[in-house]
Amino acid sequence: MPEDHANPGSSSTTATAGSPGDRTPVVRFEDVSIAFEGKPVLQEITFSVQRGQTLVLLGPAGCGKSVLLKLANGLLKPDSGTIRVFGQNIDKLRRRELYALRARIGMVFQESALFDSLTVEENVAYRLHEEHVPEAEAHARVVEALKFVELEAAIDKFPSELSGGMRRRVSIARAIVSHPDLILYDSPTGGLDPITSTTIIELVMKQRDVWHTTSLVVTHRLQDAFILAANRFDPATGGMKPLPKDGPDHGIDEGMKFLLLNEGKIAFQGTTEELVRSGDPWVKRYLA
Amino acid sequence: MSILSPEVFIKKQVATVQEYSILSGRAIADIFSRPRYWADIFTQMDSIGVGSLPIIILSGFFTGCVLALQSVTALQEFGAVSKTGSLVSLSMVKELGPVLTGLMVSGRNAAGMASEIGSMKVTEQIDAMRALGTDPIRKLVAPRLIATIFMLFFLTIIADAVGIAGGALVSVGMLGLNASSYLHSSYASLVHGDIVQGLTKPLFSGFIIATVGCYFGMRTTGGTQGVGRATTQAVVVSSVFIIVVDFIVTRAMIGIFGS
Repeated sequence: MPEDHANPGSSSTTATAGSPGDRTPVVRFEDVSIAFEGKPVLQEITFSVQRGQTLVLLGPAGCGKSVLLKLANGLLKPDSGTIRVFGQNIDKLRRRELYALRARIGMVFQESALFDSLTVEENVAYRLHEEHVPEAEAHARVVEALKFVELEAAIDKFPSELSGGMRRRVSIARAIVSHPDLILYDSPTGGLDPITSTTIIELVMKQRDVWHTTSLVVTHRLQDAFILAANRFDPATGGMKPLPKDGPDHGIDEGMKFLLLNEGKIAFQGTTEELVRSGDPWVKRYLA
Repeated sequence: MSILSPEVFIKKQVATVQEYSILSGRAIADIFSRPRYWADIFTQMDSIGVGSLPIIILSGFFTGCVLALQSVTALQEFGAVSKTGSLVSLSMVKELGPVLTGLMVSGRNAAGMASEIGSMKVTEQIDAMRALGTDPIRKLVAPRLIATIFMLFFLTIIADAVGIAGGALVSVGMLGLNASSYLHSSYASLVHGDIVQGLTKPLFSGFIIATVGCYFGMRTTGGTQGVGRATTQAVVVSSVFIIVVDFIVTRAMIGIFGS
């Protein structure tokens, strides 16, 4: 009980949960179920994500992937089960405590969800302004985040002046500007052309390999998941390169885990290798 | 359109009242706690107050004009034409000023709030705001609530004043009444209770406009069609609420002041 009602903004919680050396899962779902208007969307979902891990959520459209992500951020409340983020039961947090907890989480929305009345700079700096970061420092951090997504030239533009891919990159910059401990990507490549999709996946990879941020990546594109699993970001070239097949990982990132959802239930969870070798007929059909 | 059973229908209505009450309660609580978004409050004051000024002046002025024209015809039958100023000022200050201002601002701003917040809702901007650690009720609803209540109070005073002025213009310019007599009877007929009654109503109307507009915006679903639906509902519900609450406040004021 005291842990549930602890203030996440206080040093006692923020300094330990999710920090280096801490073995508490960053995200833990236990028997989580949710239904909308009587129709079950997620049923008895149990999984956990360790610090530094990337969990890819796969599944057909409408299977509850985005709902799961919104549950992890406390944007929705489960009908039953427990969700712990940084060790705290988010269902038990008070309103203020939940908003303080979200300061440690970055989220990239499916349709970018940029504030259309604000410029790119104001969008990216939104959280910094809320935290009353001095203007000069906020500007420097916005430029840094925009450089990360290679979009610093668009700093004064409005979202309506950007292409879909550029908006998605601004959304990523907005999510990473405060260096969160956890990033939730909701279909970051949804609706984009293959080349732009690869650019976005490269940014997800860059964040994973440069900052080692714990991530939950929702996607319905298998190729995105396998690109993430089989490549790593190369700082020398500024692009991705395949993991060596003769290396310790045998060409696959072992830090990546997969969770496959089907009709609101977990159809599979495990590593990349376990996924491709799964004997489950539905999983096989999905991967085919 | 699916047909709901009476039980489901009643449950939905109760849930709506519950959600509205929670939103209103939280918005009120947020007014009295930090952080406060002063820039948003002043932006809304400008949009709601200054932006509504032209329609309030026009509607108030012509209501006063029509009131004078209509009342003179009736008062002539009783030989009480000199009471025109009294009738116009009492009607404007106690009833027409507050209600018309409320309805005009409701049509303009409840619709604006519902469509603006509704558009943000369907494009996930509200969720993004929450995900970025900002409480949308504190950021979007509370500033609109403060701004609407504050500005509607002054807009009502302006509507009352221009309504009486409009009545004077018609009475003196078209009906040949004495200007001094009109203004004296206007002023003399107003008592403390009338002013209190007339200026209490916009406080309630302001609360209704902001909370109903924001509520329908926050619960918008279904894309652009949903935004249109939320906007219509916000105007209809807030207008009806304003008239119903006007009756309740009038009855309460008669109970308190006796007239």
